[in-house]
Amino acid sequence: MLEILGKTSIDFMGKRRWAFLFSGIMVVLGIVALVQIGRGAANLGIDFAGGTAVQLKFDQPIRIDEARKVLEANGLANAELQEFGQDNKLLIRLKASTTIEEKVADRVVAVFKKEFASNQFVIDSSTEIGPTIGKKLQEDALIAIFISFIGIVLYVAARFEFRFGIAAALATFHDVLAVLGAFYILDKEITLLVVTALLTLAGYSMTDTVVVFDRIRENLKMRRRESEETIINNAVNQVLSRTIVTSLTVVLVLIPLTLAGGEVLHDFSLALLWGVIFGTYSSVFVASPLLLLWPGASGKMLQRG
Amino acid sequence: MKKVGGRLLLLASVVVLSVIFFVPSYQPFYQGLPDWMKKVMPSKGITLGLDLQGGIHLVMEVDEDRAVEIAVDRSVTSLQDGLVEKKIPVESVLRTGPTQITFQFQNGELKTQIQKLIDDYPIFSETESAGSANKLVWELREAEGKRIKDSAINQALETIRNRIDQFGVAEPIVQRQGLKQIVVQLPGVKEPKRARDLIKETALLEFKMLDEDNLSKLDLPARIPRDKEADVLKQAEGKLPVGDEILFERGVDKESGREYRIPYLVKKRVMLTGDVLSDARVSIGQFNDPYVSITFDGKGGREFERITGDNIKKRMAVVLDNTIYSAPVIQDRITGGRAQITGSFSMQEANDLAIVLRAGALPAPLKIIQDLTVGPSLGKDSIEKGIQATLFAGAMVVIFMIVYYRLSGVIADFALVLNLLCLMGALSALNATLTLPGIAGIVLTIGMGVDSNVLIFERIREELRLGKAVRLAIDGGYDKALLTIVDSHVTTLITGVALFLFGTGPIKGFAVTLCLGIGINLFTALIGTKVIFDLLNQRHKVGQLSI
Repeated sequence: MLEILGKTSIDFMGKRRWAFLFSGIMVVLGIVALVQIGRGAANLGIDFAGGTAVQLKFDQPIRIDEARKVLEANGLANAELQEFGQDNKLLIRLKASTTIEEKVADRVVAVFKKEFASNQFVIDSSTEIGPTIGKKLQEDALIAIFISFIGIVLYVAARFEFRFGIAAALATFHDVLAVLGAFYILDKEITLLVVTALLTLAGYSMTDTVVVFDRIRENLKMRRRESEETIINNAVNQVLSRTIVTSLTVVLVLIPLTLAGGEVLHDFSLALLWGVIFGTYSSVFVASPLLLLWPGASGKMLQRG
Repeated sequence: MKKVGGRLLLLASVVVLSVIFFVPSYQPFYQGLPDWMKKVMPSKGITLGLDLQGGIHLVMEVDEDRAVEIAVDRSVTSLQDGLVEKKIPVESVLRTGPTQITFQFQNGELKTQIQKLIDDYPIFSETESAGSANKLVWELREAEGKRIKDSAINQALETIRNRIDQFGVAEPIVQRQGLKQIVVQLPGVKEPKRARDLIKETALLEFKMLDEDNLSKLDLPARIPRDKEADVLKQAEGKLPVGDEILFERGVDKESGREYRIPYLVKKRVMLTGDVLSDARVSIGQFNDPYVSITFDGKGGREFERITGDNIKKRMAVVLDNTIYSAPVIQDRITGGRAQITGSFSMQEANDLAIVLRAGALPAPLKIIQDLTVGPSLGKDSIEKGIQATLFAGAMVVIFMIVYYRLSGVIADFALVLNLLCLMGALSALNATLTLPGIAGIVLTIGMGVDSNVLIFERIREELRLGKAVRLAIDGGYDKALLTIVDSHVTTLITGVALFLFGTGPIKGFAVTLCLGIGINLFTALIGTKVIFDLLNQRHKVGQLSI
């Protein structure tokens, strides 16, 4: 039997103060990011903010500073540029201030055709989104998040105890906020795909937490004279190898997707990757200790099954 | 131990069904099948999303207010004709607001005569307050305005469908979305700009007379650069005769290749519009220059004959979307219901013009509010990279499971393949559209599938450590993991359903794969692998489990 970990008895609960401190910082970061998004000050993708994005694939390498100069000279100074070096790809983004009537995408293409006549290119993709659509998407995404949280809290509360539901929801919130905060700090663009990733990781982190909670519930039912802290600690230790093996396999899937999945999948996979790491951490260090903040009456545990 | 026969049969039929449904998704193989097999098998499988195969996704809004204005304008034109016919000498009949027509006349006695006309125009009502002895104001009824707006969208849908059909795109989607939006999806289009222009062009063809009598009052330049239109309009402001407007002809200088404009003074009154056309075709002129020859329907032909007969030696402008294509002098009465639209076209422009004329005009201009265009190269790149990365990731997991759980790992890997197969089969059966987020959903499902097996195996290991016999350990492991797996899957399913209900576009595609994947996961983890374990046990009475 090949095992990563043998039988462990690590005192996870004893370290909860440090965990809460670290998580508190991440959550605050996430909330700052959320507020900034609400104010429109964060790096929102054009699918939410409205605007134009054109991705060009050139025959020869193109210098990003030259491209910027050329765009500025042609009245497109507010363009954001990003290059994908190995393929000579250049992504040009122009945010909301531009309206769709102007055919900004055509203008960008015309500028490059004129100024880089010797360097042929094809249009990989071009996206133009009116501001009203972006608003609608934002609302839809928020509603989806809200509904799924309510649903999850209710389900977990029904299957376990109310405090388990709250703890699981808080831990999940924590993971989403932490990744959002990290994206904000790194000034990564928050696109529709990144939001999809956040929702996915919410689901994943919930799964992870439920597995740990399941074991805690099982052990609480058989509780003898140990304190709740000991019981929870034991449960976390018992499922630890499963937690690590599972996270490891998911990470094994996500690393190649992040590194080689192409530019479209990159941010998506990156968000998920961080999400898995935070999710694993939170089910051990956040969700379970949260239960201790709200001790349950002994013997009142719901019957398993 | 339970009997395995029934479950084995179930498993086998699920596999066979999945394969049958999946086959049409892989066209090269499907096409190679004998005909009788194609007849009994489903013909449609998974479609690739625009992000994977390239194409355009447009969301447009019909400019409804403009549609109403155009309808009112049309009434004005026909009123003008009617007044001339009835010999009622009004000074002017003009649209004076979005939904308002004002009559001006010198002789107050005409008022009752004009008021009678409203019987023929029941969509208007007279506004008493705005009238006076020499003035009469009609207002479009509110209900009529709504009807016009609604039919404008339906007509726009119909027109766009016609145009796309003639342009030739495989499996286009043209749909109404919400109250006033139109969604157009053209997968695999090679010339996105051309397709977009073709859809968006209003293509309102009008024949108008030049106002040559008043031309001397204005000092119009002969030829201007294309960006100086506004200057000319500004200069002429205030000097324009009532009922006239300035329109421009577009041309390209043969030597310099530069575009120029020629301003014309044109009477606003529309003599004939493009809805009386029965056909439009591209022809080649004597200097190898393409032009579009149009054929009028019976009524249009007679009308055209009358108009040309009444205006011999005068110049008539052929106007498309407020741009003059040509302004020939009418040499003679034109019979036979045919005419030509010449101008400086390329062959392709002439072709597209013929298409839009055949398909008919849009009732009002369209506003594009969302435009996603993915070039075929990016789509190909994404697929290749996505698939490569996924395969590599899959291989890592497969190897890891075998190293860590040995024979049981092989069984878990079998579950993984089963998972993927069923998921593809289910997506094919639903004729789902596979997008990049959808692929991500599949990856997540694989991750969850592995997790279920890990949960079960870790439980079995625990049971074995307690010294239980192999058979009991397996049953115990499955039993104990069952609820955990159900709980964890249901919570994720809740997220999936919320995403499906409230998500849009790509998020929806993700949600579909996720929800399907969760269901299939439960099946493969709880039935699929268990059957194999039971089968092994039954055959060999395993004393030692390789886990």
